Amino acid sequence: MTQVKLLLGDEAIAEGAMHAGIKGVYAYPGTPSTEITEYIRHSAMSRENGIHCTWSSNEKTAMEAALGMSYAGCRSMVCMKHVGMNVAADAFVNAGMTGVNGGLVVVAADDPSMHSSQNEQDSRFYGKFAMIPTLEPSTQQEAYEMMAYAFELSEKEKLPVLLRITTRLAHSRAAVRISADKPDTVRKPADRDRSAWVLLPANAKRKNLALTAKQPHLEQLSASSPFFRISVPDYPAVSGNQGAHSGNDSVSGNAGALPGNAGAVFPKGIIACGTGYNYVMENHVLEAGYHLMKISQYPVPAEAVRKFATGCSQILVVEDGQPFLEEQVRSIVGGDYPVKGRLTGDLPRTGELNPDCVGEAVGKKTVPVYAVPEGIVPRPPALCQGCGHRDVYIALNQVLADYPESRVFADIGCYTLGALPPFCAIDTCVDMGASITMAKGAADAGLHPAVAVIGDSTFTHSGMTGLLDAVNDRSNITVVISDNLTTAMTGGQDSAGTNKFEAICLALGVEKEHVRVVVPLQKNMEEITRIIREELEYDGVSVIIPRRECMQTLARKKRTAGRQA
Amino acid sequence: MKKDIILSGVGGQGILSIATIIGDAAVRAGLNLKQAEVHGMSQRGGEVESGLRLSDAEIHSDMVPLGSADIILSMEPMEALRYLPFLHKDGYVITSSSPFLNIDNYPEEKVKSALAAMEHVITLDLDRISQENSMPKSANVILLGAAAGVIGILTPDQLRESIRNVFASKGERIVEMNLRAFEIGQEYGR
Repeated sequence: MTQVKLLLGDEAIAEGAMHAGIKGVYAYPGTPSTEITEYIRHSAMSRENGIHCTWSSNEKTAMEAALGMSYAGCRSMVCMKHVGMNVAADAFVNAGMTGVNGGLVVVAADDPSMHSSQNEQDSRFYGKFAMIPTLEPSTQQEAYEMMAYAFELSEKEKLPVLLRITTRLAHSRAAVRISADKPDTVRKPADRDRSAWVLLPANAKRKNLALTAKQPHLEQLSASSPFFRISVPDYPAVSGNQGAHSGNDSVSGNAGALPGNAGAVFPKGIIACGTGYNYVMENHVLEAGYHLMKISQYPVPAEAVRKFATGCSQILVVEDGQPFLEEQVRSIVGGDYPVKGRLTGDLPRTGELNPDCVGEAVGKKTVPVYAVPEGIVPRPPALCQGCGHRDVYIALNQVLADYPESRVFADIGCYTLGALPPFCAIDTCVDMGASITMAKGAADAGLHPAVAVIGDSTFTHSGMTGLLDAVNDRSNITVVISDNLTTAMTGGQDSAGTNKFEAICLALGVEKEHVRVVVPLQKNMEEITRIIREELEYDGVSVIIPRRECMQTLARKKRTAGRQA
Repeated sequence: MKKDIILSGVGGQGILSIATIIGDAAVRAGLNLKQAEVHGMSQRGGEVESGLRLSDAEIHSDMVPLGSADIILSMEPMEALRYLPFLHKDGYVITSSSPFLNIDNYPEEKVKSALAAMEHVITLDLDRISQENSMPKSANVILLGAAAGVIGILTPDQLRESIRNVFASKGERIVEMNLRAFEIGQEYGR
């Protein structure tokens, strides 16, 4: 039995994972991955099947918990945005060494064009780095179907599997045909093989050799995957002709009828993956005579690529993200063989692909009829009216006006918008938690006042250890934990440290009289600015906690209460 | 048959609800659909856009190609103009004429004259209409009503049924208000 649902790519992944019988999803919210876990949290199936789905403190704790669940014999999923892979990397790469027991799928959502991110890093490099199978769906339907495939692959090869998506697929909706059956939770006995799980050098060396030796096999799986496809135009049948791509079981279309002989002109080829494949298809490349290979799994199937290239005069590589595939195709075909793509300028070197730039690369340039009228100005995002972060920045700006040497080291969250007018209040924003540690380093260099601004959820994600460093060094910094009781930027998920911040700071060794709590409201401005001044003047670690609920979650609670009343 | 629609506005104006209604109607009608949404940081009072593609044939790209949109449906006049390169020659702009003033340098006169110069354009003063009818939260559905005659690939009846579906969980009063908003919009679309 099947049913059709209108799903975001993220939601299709969630459905696929639940139908694959997962016991848990572990995640820290991050655009564009958040909706995967949100969907599972709100689904009836997760309650019925007892799927663990509370938010983790960060991506590393999420990855490790999922590995533990796999060790215990159940299927688990980890979801994060691309930069979260950097946080999870220690656990992620070593999970490739230990291998898994219950299936383990890591979903990394990349953000080319940086709609909501600090960089454009491509998670497929992590898959290659860890030497594990990496999947890349093109459509919402594939995203759904790939989850069952991914868990089976993970258990069969005893390796974690990385599934990589991009913003466009994560946040685009389409009708998806999904199973209507109620899945059973997969459960195997817990693993006992200490030689696999204890990564002492003796064990690790053996595992490293085995994982490396497995790579040719994994390449073959990439070529035999049900999502791999070679499409060629419908040529009139030519009898007795050995087509350039004949002999490949995955060939679809009119294979083997390439109208070629010794002197034939070879067609142009395209190798596409992920959303790039959709833009290629949008431009009707088969009708234009191109041959097309769709890669949906890595490691790159080198032999299939070499063979495909032999039947083509050139290859255009179309991929969203960094030129991960293009570089590898170049090295596979070698020499003077023409490979085009982002590195040659046939496609833009950075940013998200779209149907238009791909069209131009296949000779179909679109010229818009209408231009954006002159005088249209950008409308940047801003902190919500009434948001507590606004009052924090108003207070900071007021006090710091008297300290021209001061610097404000900020962090990742809504409050990063304090960089924009009217506040222009922050000097840095680099990575989760860097506010505290960068302020510490600057203070160690003699900069004063060094102020850190960090949100509540970011503090428990990656700020606590940095605060301990500062306490141990008695660094002269003032930390502002702007607490709005939620993970606001990603839509208001639970924040791991809610109601625990004073206790955490005291336990890490911040002195009691230098942990100050205020309510960020205009009417309290005099008190807030006085406290900031006092703590700036204190030579040591101070923490100021302005605490007031996020306007968005507050409004949502009122709406829900109104409906229930 | 295909319809490419660009939905635009300012974060929080409810363009995704319009997409939800059209999406529901499309699935019920057995049409293929792709709808690319904007989430995350850009929602905080900034410009937002969602590309909605409907077709009886397979749709490949989640994004609307340049020069291919049949309709730009916008909750805000400057945000309608921002996406003009996506409109095809005979495409329609259907937009609120009420500017959302959350920036200092809003070019009110330029927006007015650019819209007036368009051939296929329907503008309606959504702020006024929704206030006069005491339905400030249904301004987006009024706009959808104004577009009902142009969408074509879905009938007004199909859209009405989806309004019922989408708002059903919020109670009959909200459903009725939105159906009424849709009708008011239809008047302006004629």
